[in-house]
Amino acid sequence: MAEVMLRKVIKRYDDVEAVRGIDLDIADHEFVVLVGPSGCGKSTTLRMIAGLEDITDGDIMIGGDVVNDVPPKDRDIAMVFQNYALYPHMTVAENMSFGLRLKRYPKAEIKARIDEAARMLDIVELVDRKPKQLSGGQRQRVAMGRAIVRNPKVFLFDEPLSNLDAKLRVQMRIEIKKVHQKVRTTTVYVTHDQVEAMTLADRVVVMNNGRIEQIGTPNDLYHNPATRFVAAFIGSPAMNFLPCRLEEIAGRLHVRLTDLIVFPLPPNRAARYQNMGRSEKLLLGLRPEHITEAKAHHAPGFEAFDAVLDVTEPMGMETLIYFTLEGTLVCGRVNPSAGARDGGALRLAVDLNNMHLLNEVTGAVI
Amino acid sequence: MTTMAIDKGAPTRKVKHGSMSRDRAWALRWSYFFLTLFAIFSLVPPIYMLITSLKSSAEISAATNPWWVFHPTLSNYVELLTSNQFLTFFRNSALVSIFVVTITMLISVPAAFALARMRFWGSATLATGVFLTYLIPDSLLFIPLFKMFAVIGDWTGIQLINKWYVLLFIYPTLTVPFCTWIMIGYFASIPKELDEAAIIDGASWFQTLTRIFIPVALPGLIAATIFAFTVSWAQFLYPLVFTTSTDQLVLPVGIITTLIKGDVFNWGQIMTGALLGAAPPLIIYAFLMDYYIAGLTAGATKG
Repeated sequence: MAEVMLRKVIKRYDDVEAVRGIDLDIADHEFVVLVGPSGCGKSTTLRMIAGLEDITDGDIMIGGDVVNDVPPKDRDIAMVFQNYALYPHMTVAENMSFGLRLKRYPKAEIKARIDEAARMLDIVELVDRKPKQLSGGQRQRVAMGRAIVRNPKVFLFDEPLSNLDAKLRVQMRIEIKKVHQKVRTTTVYVTHDQVEAMTLADRVVVMNNGRIEQIGTPNDLYHNPATRFVAAFIGSPAMNFLPCRLEEIAGRLHVRLTDLIVFPLPPNRAARYQNMGRSEKLLLGLRPEHITEAKAHHAPGFEAFDAVLDVTEPMGMETLIYFTLEGTLVCGRVNPSAGARDGGALRLAVDLNNMHLLNEVTGAVI
Repeated sequence: MTTMAIDKGAPTRKVKHGSMSRDRAWALRWSYFFLTLFAIFSLVPPIYMLITSLKSSAEISAATNPWWVFHPTLSNYVELLTSNQFLTFFRNSALVSIFVVTITMLISVPAAFALARMRFWGSATLATGVFLTYLIPDSLLFIPLFKMFAVIGDWTGIQLINKWYVLLFIYPTLTVPFCTWIMIGYFASIPKELDEAAIIDGASWFQTLTRIFIPVALPGLIAATIFAFTVSWAQFLYPLVFTTSTDQLVLPVGIITTLIKGDVFNWGQIMTGALLGAAPPLIIYAFLMDYYIAGLTAGATKG
């Protein structure tokens, strides 16, 4: 059990900078997920924590000790790989005990640890099988078992669920969360799947282009994104971004989307944006669930408008609707009984209490 | 697809194979034809050897049907297997092959591991270099090699020429490059995460090699072993050049030099000796054939 700290960590390959100065504090027992598109440096960061990649500059600390030059085996970490990386010639039990046997643990202790981990992961009856005889999900359990028996300071997961089919992924996600609740080992988890990041993490680290865009709890990132990248990356379907301007009409601050569509801002938002330049190019960020069918009576902050739907996607509990606004495809979520149909007109309402305003040039959320 | 449609429309007709399986049937027929042809072609010499080895000298020189044994005799076998000379050749061949295989494996497996996994400066060039050395034929190499051992003998007084164990220094120039190349291909096909997992589990490079790579790459290892054994067992030019005394000869050279006296060919014993000499590789192949093929193909795709 230990905290992990990264201080201005840089990784350079020849002239490509993969990781550009990362600062990150991971508390003891914490489950932190690094998420971002491919090539954002998340896997490199994880591999640097593991010691599989050298650090070009900066410091990595595990349990308070700088481990920059400590070889992987002395860092007291365990890693789970995307392709499981089980030793094909060993049985499940041998796979799990390999690290312990190398460290010459007593046989009885090895057996006890394997039994405990196998019970925890529900693979007791598989311990004498070879990896070849296991399904993908079972292999991933064994890979986790191999990490658990070591009882390391830190667990490192490198996209462990990417090779599984969608249904199994959901199941294993829950499994990983359960294991973490039991063993409470500090965990760093890398994924490109924002749903995985949101569901598993105590805190999510969104990375892009070798830098950290934002660190926060899943809810924090969802409701208060710091940049356009985070706003677009977290949440599915993604947040809508509509070009807009601020306008003062009759002494009240409005946001103008088109010549015809202009909404008055609710008081708390108006106060926040009061000092913005009126001619600045802005983006209105609205999540799909904040564009819904209009009702007879609305709470303050809701504004209604008419739209012609391009496409509707019935999901069962809701219907996703798509319509075009000034050339931008906008997604909303309406009640299945709202009467949405392909090509049909529908009166919609936007919830401006949950709006975001972004600088179009810098992408920063204002 | 069209035949399928017709079949559905006329269920009473005799079911025809689809065009795919008909193509495959023809391909199979042709391959059987050529395989049979090739099997006959390659099996005739050993069968002829076997027939001849069972004949007496008189019957061989008599103008009878060469493909039939009228008076079978085991005298050739008895004579060879009771001759100390032949058994010496056999022993020399066995010793040379076993030592060469051991030396080759001890060098090429760690070398291949280093070249495949430890990305050190110049490793890629070195790997190609290893393969290129294999392309130099032994008929080109034997003169400088002979000169080398002669010079070493002059300088140090250690006379290696005309000793069977000089071959232990020479054969690896053939076997090590090829076996290293096979093993590089095989090791390279092992996923990188496997050694990373081993390293995180606390294994040293050496433990990663012995406890993970060698067991996982066992088919490739066996293929390389068989290759090294076959090369050293069948090698003719080098022992012909480097060894001359009859007690230092290996089997292929020994048979030729002792059983051909001037223009007198002792055919019966030559054939028997060749047949007995071919037995060990044959037995090894028979047992390890599947491994050999698996090893060669796996190495081939990634090499």
